Amino acid sequence: MLVKTEELKKHFHIGRGQILHAVDGISLEIQENEILGLVGESGSGKSTFGKTLIGLHQRTSGQAFYRAEPLPKDFKTADHLRYSKEMQMIFQDPYSSLNPRMTVLDIIGEGLRLQGEHSGKEIRDKVAFWLQRVGLHPDHMSRYPHEFSGGQRQRIGIARAMIIEPKFVVCDEPISALDVSVQAQVINLLDELKQSMGLTLLFIAHDLSMVRYVSDRMAVMYLGALAEVGPANDLFFQPQHPYTQFLIESNPEPDPKMERERAHKPIVGEITSPVNVKPGCRFADRCPQVMDRCRSETPLLIATSENRQVACHLFT
Amino acid sequence: MSETLLSVRDLEVEFDTYGGTVKAVRGVSFDVAKGETLAIVGESGCGKSVTVQTLMGLIPMPPGRITNGTATLKDKSILNLPAAEANKFRGVEIGMIFQDPMSSLNPTMTIGDQIAETLRVHRGKSHQEAFGMAIELLEKTHIPEAAKRARQYPFEFSGGMLQRAMIAQSLACNPSILIADEPTTALDVTIQAQILELMLELQRTEDMSIILITHDLAVVARMADRVAVMYAGQVVESGSVDDIFYQSAHPYTLGLKAAMPSNTHDRDKSLTPILGSPPDLFQPPAGCGYCARCPHAMKICAEHLPEITEVGDEHHARCWLQHESAPTIEMLHQAGG
Repeated sequence: MLVKTEELKKHFHIGRGQILHAVDGISLEIQENEILGLVGESGSGKSTFGKTLIGLHQRTSGQAFYRAEPLPKDFKTADHLRYSKEMQMIFQDPYSSLNPRMTVLDIIGEGLRLQGEHSGKEIRDKVAFWLQRVGLHPDHMSRYPHEFSGGQRQRIGIARAMIIEPKFVVCDEPISALDVSVQAQVINLLDELKQSMGLTLLFIAHDLSMVRYVSDRMAVMYLGALAEVGPANDLFFQPQHPYTQFLIESNPEPDPKMERERAHKPIVGEITSPVNVKPGCRFADRCPQVMDRCRSETPLLIATSENRQVACHLFT
Repeated sequence: MSETLLSVRDLEVEFDTYGGTVKAVRGVSFDVAKGETLAIVGESGCGKSVTVQTLMGLIPMPPGRITNGTATLKDKSILNLPAAEANKFRGVEIGMIFQDPMSSLNPTMTIGDQIAETLRVHRGKSHQEAFGMAIELLEKTHIPEAAKRARQYPFEFSGGMLQRAMIAQSLACNPSILIADEPTTALDVTIQAQILELMLELQRTEDMSIILITHDLAVVARMADRVAVMYAGQVVESGSVDDIFYQSAHPYTLGLKAAMPSNTHDRDKSLTPILGSPPDLFQPPAGCGYCARCPHAMKICAEHLPEITEVGDEHHARCWLQHESAPTIEMLHQAGG
């Protein structure tokens, strides 16, 4: 086990005494050298979870561990310096996540520079190495972000995270902003880096087909809580939680014959507000198999087999 | 094929910019038959949105310019119309919905008023009558409590509900064609499924044709009868949805399919990306636009624009490999080239 959370919560006070339960008690283990895919609709809290885990948000309560070592609740500068060597993040939007006034050398080299252990020449050499490693050219280091396409910017973002040689990387929707032909390039690059560097990835995305393909295990989030966790293929092909079932049924397959043959019954309603969440199952209002106890009693994430967990009263 | 509603021939559109002239659409032709869904597929910058915006008269001219081509709707030309003429068919004969409903609706008007405005302008209805019809349209798109929601503003709607409201507005004048430009790209997969289902339902009940602009092959598989694949301002392959998916003739179509995982794609098999990037449309290549990225490119591909070849019944590809005297892909690679 490399990373672990216990009842991790992140609440935001949004004024007028209202509380937004973005992440509401997530207990999850990520094994060394695995890719854990985290899926869920917008507003389910998946990005907030990733950011809270590596200290970009201060958690409200709960625990987070890195190699069994408890992570501080409030990351001070020294903590960031220490843990950023181990844990890095790749952001969704390759446009807003790169400072337009910094050169590529400064962007990719900033992490090393802040560590203060490398000379300017070392940093330059490493940046040149990493530019090549992600499929760009060392000459690119004197350029600015606006001179690159979306796919190239995402590579710069990847080089910025990887130059630190981290053990754990949170990839927050790393391919959503990219064209299909470029998505495959970035996925193959991440996969190759994972193999060669022994990386562990938390891969956050909403593209279910891609997450199933990339991940070893998958976790499904709904309104700040985990609905289901399991090996990617098992969870995708035999979903247990009614929400996971709907999510996967909603996902079209790039195959016209299969699309004509399968039943289409989209889930009714929309994800409800994470503000002042009621007790009970969060999915109860949309669930076709809802029972009385679902509206009063919050289902716990329980093991249904050796490596699968589901939070649903149908299984308790 | 049933009766052709819309026919576009050899459309060319360019834009004057500070950096020079961009040839965004370079000779696009397609037909849309009554009641069918045509999907136009391609990646960012391929000219798919410019094509349909030109048809709708939404391209500001200048800087835009139609340099060639015709478009006829029910045998009437719809390109380069004077504003008054354009307003008579825009929103009436052709309705349109956009990728981002939040920025396409007026934030200072209630949803009901915006839909009613369409009816007042095009149908000369009174405000009261138009507002009543707006509520009926919202009901048609399954917006719960339509009468109450009609009095709300866009910020009070979720993304999925806004897209429903946009669809309601586009239906106001019973268009014969609905153009949907990436209608579900900004939505979650569950909401996408709802909106696609709604579009299919309305297509049946309202007897509309749909032009669906998308980059998502899974959405194409779900929705389309026929498909036009665009690359670098041109249609590189067109045909029935089954032809495009199962008899793909153009290397770009094959490349797109190989670049995305199917639901059964094995973890051990890596995806095949399309290397490189699309050509610079300031100086479009003399030959095939896909030549620089094509694994099967030949000498002729760089020099001459491929002809459109019929590869099957109503299935066409713009590729030299489909030419009668072209080698097969196997021969090409055995010869080392």
